[in-house]
Amino acid sequence: MLRFVLRRLQIALLVAITVSIVGFSLLRASGDIALVLAGENAKPEEVVRISHAYGLDKPLYMQYLDWGAKALSGDLGRSLFTNEPVTGLILDRLPVTIYVAVPALVISLLIAVPLGVLAATRPNTWIDRAALSFAVTGSALPSFWLALMLIYLFGVMLRWLPISGSDSWWHFVMPWITVAIGVIPLQMRLTRTGMLDVLSSDFIRTARAKGLSAASVMFKHALRNAILPVVSVAAVSLGFLLGNSLVVESVFALNGVGMLAYQSILRLDFPVVQSIIVFISFCYIFLTLMSDVINAKLDPRIGLR
Amino acid sequence: MAISDINPAGFVRGPASDEIFEALPPSPRELMRRRARSHGGLIFGGGFVLLVVALAILTPWIAPYDPYNQDLSARLIDPIWGAKGSWAHLLGTDALGRDFLSRLMYGARVSLTISACASLISAIVGATLGIVGGYFGGRIDGFVSYLINVKLSLPPLLVSLSLVSVVGGSVTALIFIIGFLTWDRYAVVTRSVSMQLRNQEFIAAAQAVGASHTRILLTELLPNVMNQIIVIASLEMAVVILIESVLSFLGLGVQPPTPSWGLLVAEGRSFMFFKPYLIVIPGLTIFLMVIAINLAGDGLRDVLSPEGRN
Repeated sequence: MLRFVLRRLQIALLVAITVSIVGFSLLRASGDIALVLAGENAKPEEVVRISHAYGLDKPLYMQYLDWGAKALSGDLGRSLFTNEPVTGLILDRLPVTIYVAVPALVISLLIAVPLGVLAATRPNTWIDRAALSFAVTGSALPSFWLALMLIYLFGVMLRWLPISGSDSWWHFVMPWITVAIGVIPLQMRLTRTGMLDVLSSDFIRTARAKGLSAASVMFKHALRNAILPVVSVAAVSLGFLLGNSLVVESVFALNGVGMLAYQSILRLDFPVVQSIIVFISFCYIFLTLMSDVINAKLDPRIGLR
Repeated sequence: MAISDINPAGFVRGPASDEIFEALPPSPRELMRRRARSHGGLIFGGGFVLLVVALAILTPWIAPYDPYNQDLSARLIDPIWGAKGSWAHLLGTDALGRDFLSRLMYGARVSLTISACASLISAIVGATLGIVGGYFGGRIDGFVSYLINVKLSLPPLLVSLSLVSVVGGSVTALIFIIGFLTWDRYAVVTRSVSMQLRNQEFIAAAQAVGASHTRILLTELLPNVMNQIIVIASLEMAVVILIESVLSFLGLGVQPPTPSWGLLVAEGRSFMFFKPYLIVIPGLTIFLMVIAINLAGDGLRDVLSPEGRN
């Protein structure tokens, strides 16, 4: 178990470092920051002075190490646009993003997991097929379009829900629906596959062979094991949600991290963009690490592999 | 009666012909053909995809108007089913008086080109990594799975948006950016299949006769994972269409005035409250196309590698 966790941690760290290097290179690929900082009409000696002041004349790996050391202490640099510290910008916007992501995740899991389990217990019946066509339909809906259609339907035609802003929880209903529909297909497929795996395993066959009732096999033996795929499903889809929060936040004008990322990309504010990319990647790495560790805890066989 | 005397067309009803049927089981190819013919999803989905592709190819000859031609006296005309619709513009016109059907058809060319080329790139990148990792195992495989992990941790939408903002939204740039951000599925699947195949006898036989690694990878492994690659590619094309449409919708994909389906939704957005067809039509087109591709892709999987279901 401990060996498994350590090995998993080692991989996660390695991936995290690589991701931060990718983010850093993206920032450097975006152009000469000294030029941007100095402004359009700056004299060449001014640019040299700024590039020295910000350490931009050092070798790239030194710059990366400087940046990394600062980032570890919570200093992600300053926005080129507002000159505010990036860490503060992200932390300010994080509550809105979480307020979109977490309820949407709960709603989607409440729908997707029972559907996936149901589909897996009755493979190739109409329930299975209906669940799969629901998944195919859901995954084919472009989320930005779904958001616009919801706005048109509930905001303009029926006038039930406010169409943008974040003043009350009513404002979040359409974002929740949009996000939930976006992840339900993925969650349902993963749950169904995981459940099918469980149902085809030896201990279920044994349980059936010794004559246990279908209900007892299902609830005492299968579902308890099906929690494993659900844990990974939740982790993967939360990572997915954070990465795609940009779409829903920009359509519904919610002032979250996704919106910040979008605005910063549009105004070429790369220190912010890079930090958000690295931040979301780290969330994903952390979530998958946690889900692997939880699963190894729940099913000790995983830790032995 | 010798086998060579049997004339397949000359079967007579009766016990004798039953024996002949048993003696000649259908070939794998024939089985595949039978599975394809009875697969509704493949026929509908594949049919729809082929139709749209054919229309997209023929667009320069059959599109009613030039998609860039503005006519400010004919702005925001309703589609044919609307109150003020006219036969002159079947799907109406946009805010600059451009024929919407023509823009949708040219948009199909752009969106489908990006989808096909980006899928080709991601298939080549992903399958190469997957096959090499799965075949060699050990450190090389460790490196490949590390690359897959890195790729999965990066948020694709954010990375592609920022790359587009750096290099610009030309069609070529989009193809490469999306192509290099969607190879993970190919790598994961080909890697696990190659790992299973690595210990098969035919690989050992090839090694025993002294075939080089390159030769084994290309002539022994690749043909055996080709079906999976085709199936993933067909499904990934749908994913790419969605990614491209989001990028273009957010203004960091295909640049106006070049039409693409996502861009059409973005252009119609300011008018959606009184001219909803401007977003309904292109959005519905993306939706139907993605469903059709998914149906066709699922169908291909059932036909080519039915053991890979679930």
